[in-house]
Amino acid sequence: MTQLPAQSKKKLGLVIDLDTCVGCHGCVTSCKGWNTQNYGEPLSDIDAYGADPSGTFLNRVFSYEVEAPNKPAQTVHFPKSCLHCEDAPCVTVCPTGASYKREEDGIVLVNEDRCMGCGLCAWACPYGARELDFMSGIMKKCTLCVDRIYNENIPEEDRVPACVRTCPSNARHFGDLGDPDSDVSKLVAERGGIDLMPEQGTKPVNKYLPPRLKDTLDSAPPKPLESVSEEPKGWLGWLDRALEALPGSNGKAEDK
Amino acid sequence: MTRPEKIQINTSPPVSDEIRKTTCYMCACRCGINVHMKGGEVVYIEGNRDHPVNKGVLCGKGSSGLMQHLAPSRLRAPLKRVGPRGAGEFEKISWDEAYDIAAGWLAPIREKDPKRLAFFTGRDQSQSFTSWWAQAFGTPNYAAHGGFCSVNMAAGGIYTMGGAFWEFGQPDWDRTRMFVLFGVAEDHDSNPIKMGIGKVKANGGKIVGVNPIRSGYNAVADEWVGITPGTDGLFILSLIHELFRSGKVDLDYLRRYTNAGFLVDEDPQSPQQGLFLRDKDGKPLVIDQATGKAVAFDKPGALANLAASKKTGKITHRTVFQLMAERYLSDEYAPEAVAERCGLTPTRIRNLAAEFARVAFEEEIVLDRPWTDWKGEKHDKMIGRPISFHAMRGISAHSNGFQTARALHVLQILLGSVEVPGGFRFKPPYPKPPEAHPKPHAGAQPGKPLDGPHLGYPLGPEHLLMDEDGTPKRIDKAFSWENPLSAHGLMHMVISNAHAGDPYKIDTLFMYMANMAWNSTMNTSEVIRMLTDKDENGDYVIPHIIYSDAYSSETVAYADLILPDTTYLERHDCISLLDRPICEAEAAADSIRWPVVEPDRDVRGFQTALIQLGAKLGLPGMVNEDGTAKYADYADYIQNHERRPGVGPLAGWRGTDGDKSGRGEPNPNQLEKYIENGGFWIGHIPEEAQFYKPWNKAYQDWAVEIGLFDAPAPYVFNLYVEPLRKMQLAAEGQGDIQPPDHLRERIKRTMDPLPIWYEPFEDTNVDVNEFPVHALTQRPMHMYHSWGTQNAWLRQITGKNYLYLPTKIWESGGFKEGDYARVTSAHGSIVVPVALHAALNEHTVWTWNAIGKRKGAWALDEDAPEATEGFLLNHLIHELQPPKGDGMRWANSDPVTGQAAWFDLRVKIEKADPKPAESQPSLPPIKSPVGKGPKNVARKI
Repeated sequence: MTQLPAQSKKKLGLVIDLDTCVGCHGCVTSCKGWNTQNYGEPLSDIDAYGADPSGTFLNRVFSYEVEAPNKPAQTVHFPKSCLHCEDAPCVTVCPTGASYKREEDGIVLVNEDRCMGCGLCAWACPYGARELDFMSGIMKKCTLCVDRIYNENIPEEDRVPACVRTCPSNARHFGDLGDPDSDVSKLVAERGGIDLMPEQGTKPVNKYLPPRLKDTLDSAPPKPLESVSEEPKGWLGWLDRALEALPGSNGKAEDK
Repeated sequence: MTRPEKIQINTSPPVSDEIRKTTCYMCACRCGINVHMKGGEVVYIEGNRDHPVNKGVLCGKGSSGLMQHLAPSRLRAPLKRVGPRGAGEFEKISWDEAYDIAAGWLAPIREKDPKRLAFFTGRDQSQSFTSWWAQAFGTPNYAAHGGFCSVNMAAGGIYTMGGAFWEFGQPDWDRTRMFVLFGVAEDHDSNPIKMGIGKVKANGGKIVGVNPIRSGYNAVADEWVGITPGTDGLFILSLIHELFRSGKVDLDYLRRYTNAGFLVDEDPQSPQQGLFLRDKDGKPLVIDQATGKAVAFDKPGALANLAASKKTGKITHRTVFQLMAERYLSDEYAPEAVAERCGLTPTRIRNLAAEFARVAFEEEIVLDRPWTDWKGEKHDKMIGRPISFHAMRGISAHSNGFQTARALHVLQILLGSVEVPGGFRFKPPYPKPPEAHPKPHAGAQPGKPLDGPHLGYPLGPEHLLMDEDGTPKRIDKAFSWENPLSAHGLMHMVISNAHAGDPYKIDTLFMYMANMAWNSTMNTSEVIRMLTDKDENGDYVIPHIIYSDAYSSETVAYADLILPDTTYLERHDCISLLDRPICEAEAAADSIRWPVVEPDRDVRGFQTALIQLGAKLGLPGMVNEDGTAKYADYADYIQNHERRPGVGPLAGWRGTDGDKSGRGEPNPNQLEKYIENGGFWIGHIPEEAQFYKPWNKAYQDWAVEIGLFDAPAPYVFNLYVEPLRKMQLAAEGQGDIQPPDHLRERIKRTMDPLPIWYEPFEDTNVDVNEFPVHALTQRPMHMYHSWGTQNAWLRQITGKNYLYLPTKIWESGGFKEGDYARVTSAHGSIVVPVALHAALNEHTVWTWNAIGKRKGAWALDEDAPEATEGFLLNHLIHELQPPKGDGMRWANSDPVTGQAAWFDLRVKIEKADPKPAESQPSLPPIKSPVGKGPKNVARKI
């Protein structure tokens, strides 16, 4: 069993906008690329070109359909990775101290030197956010790109997680959710950001911005378009008047 | 509790040795990428923040480029077929031998009858080069893949307003308040649309998605219009009806910038009926609002009176705008009349029309930015209508797609939202009206280059390509009466026509990057048969096939000679202003690819191979006077070729000192300058020239200065397309160039100069009661055609495809999870896995395109899910319409442009009981020329 810090100094995390995520998987493969080359063991692909390919991903996008009475069905793209919970059950369940939550920024990490691949943490995580890498036998999870966000070898504007940097529709935001004045906290307040499965009591740091209300046009329609005239002749009369009202017109309609 | 030890991790590790900046090719979007190198190897790819297309972001495909570059399916050396076609039995040969074989076939063709070479490229991004090569060879039979992709959209746009969507233009993302997206367009344009959607939403604007399927962009659309396939045109004309009825059209815009005020000859006795009245200089006439006099449309100071008419004798000639009112005010287009056919309600159509009008006119944008128009009039403001539209194949891949694309462009013009703030904006070299494009050419002579460019925009019957007896000059019958405005050719008809010898037989079929034996063709099984069919002498009906691809695609097995291409990180390319550039609405831009790594195989970039083969054949422009090769490779060509004096493939850093943009003599260090600048060049458009481009004097002058054209060419938009009317007149019996009788009625009906809607041909050719369901394909955001499923990362996201059924069909058919269905069209039958999709038009089923793979292709195991469960809808779609008993072969294409009508498909669906072991048809495996991929992969450098 491993202890959590009483309180981290910062609560770094992601805010994911379900209203703009189009499901392109840019975050998925950008994460896979960065984290294969960086922190810890590479993310492997088993049976990569075969019948049952299965690789390690730290972030995946799921698509769900949502149906409600008298509304057209909706599709929601739902990216999911570690939520860096304040009360992270994956940490407290870890028998070796490999899983830990950083006091300085709240990032939940796996110390790969101590991980024995027992899988207890994946079992304890209610979000399914950890994946055991079958080639290395090490438990892998989102590091919030801890090797990017402080990295002095990359330009300052790039010091964000790979998934955030790559997201084309600006659906992913990174920042300190412990600071109420941070951009991400303000975004969460403005858009009514929510916790994923709050009943689990894990106090996730990552937040989701719910999709805005859709298909509202017919229930709150704009002012109906009124006919300028019921008769074709009347319509031409309208056209004459409308043209005359434009600048530079004095309205002779016929050249004989 | 274990207290974690104080762990020190390195949060600032070195990332890479070097970043090399080039251009992505994981789809057609052409984003800038930073390729991180370690120890000379590619380790990580991210978006280039400085790049005009993607500004740093990168999608799921682009971020997986590494695995495409490392794919085990990469071809390794030139190959010569040694077994029968289709078996996949090859022998590795040298490049010299490959060129000898190719020249052995091609040189005699050129000497005797150049048209016996059919050279068609697929998703080629070097068409200005490949067409130049084909022109030098002298064959009229050249095109790229536009005919089966989106020529309706391109041609509909060019004829209407001098440009269409995607490469032609984009919404004013920063200002638009409403973005209306028709159909599926994921890779046209990929990241700019995603970025745009994010921007529109962040600015509080709304997205409307018109699509039978609610996935991808439509999933985030604020309003989903789940239209029935093939009825978009009818829906749009109903919106237009509503706008006319309520007078919500931008009259000032229409009278200034369109042909709405042109007078149309309405004399039924006149051979000119339906053409514009013209002055003695041939200029169309309008009635000047101030004087009431008929004057040339471009007379300075004159403003067209849209309500005017002109009498000659007893005949009254009205304006285009009045003809439009007469047509679109008709009850035929009222929401009540069309809604059911479109799968919508009348209220929905009315509300959408009202909302579009509200945004356009009540959320008007005014920019205090003075500009001067083409007639010299000064304006102190720019008026914006913040509604913008986008569409691609969803509406265009129908047999009524050209007119539907036209209707959409006319809709945005009526709203006054083209080339204004908040609306749709052109990207250089567009706008460019049909008159400014070349005319098509097919004048072939033994041993000579062609008499001009292959493709272009006919303005009347005199520009069609037929022999005296009416026989089409091109193998694909482009620019014939069957499809007069086929501006991109008809790649989907080449194999079928060559096999049938209709209009003639060919000797060599030369293709690049188009998987014609699999997912890039209609009627896959039959095309495979045509490629392998032999004549009575035991010779192949299509005698020689040369194919170039970077990967072991299905088509490789059907070629006699393989020229192996490089991956996109190993090659030179130019994304040129002469071709399909990467410009922005406020800038001209072009870019390059360059070998960030050298190939570790005996492969060459296809364009380099073509340069070298061209030199061997002694093609004009590719050899010096002494017969030696003019260019060593494609890079040499890119830097030194001049299309016109001072204008070459790349616009940046021209001139011997590299200090000229657009025009200037070749610069021997040009590619180095591009590499230093991150792989691209950008030239900004002056502020006063950024809107109203077709009519903006400053824009026209700027475009001439950088070499887009040689003299200012202002023009007005064509609500009424006169060249269409000229084709109709011919069908009515006017003029010397006459269509054959069996096509007259169709030409009269479909080539209407004002947008119309007619039922997709399949709806009238098959029994819609027997085949009640529309069947579509979409491209996943993370896959580009067949390239995705060989990618170890991407195939884990989508390794097999289902046929998605709407709830109604799912329930009535008694389907449950894990079931298969037999799907039958008038043409064929497949048995495939199904899944439920509620957010779907109730008359529509769909699947992901090109996930299904042939066993043995792409270096995948034969039991890969792509090959066992994955499937193609292509088997159900014939390149011809069902026989009509007249002995003719009627193409399953749009009758105006020849665009392949993929999305006309109708099917019936039954539960397959018992379910098969694999999706059907299951074709026998082909032998892999590259072996298989490794079992497991974990690569860290």
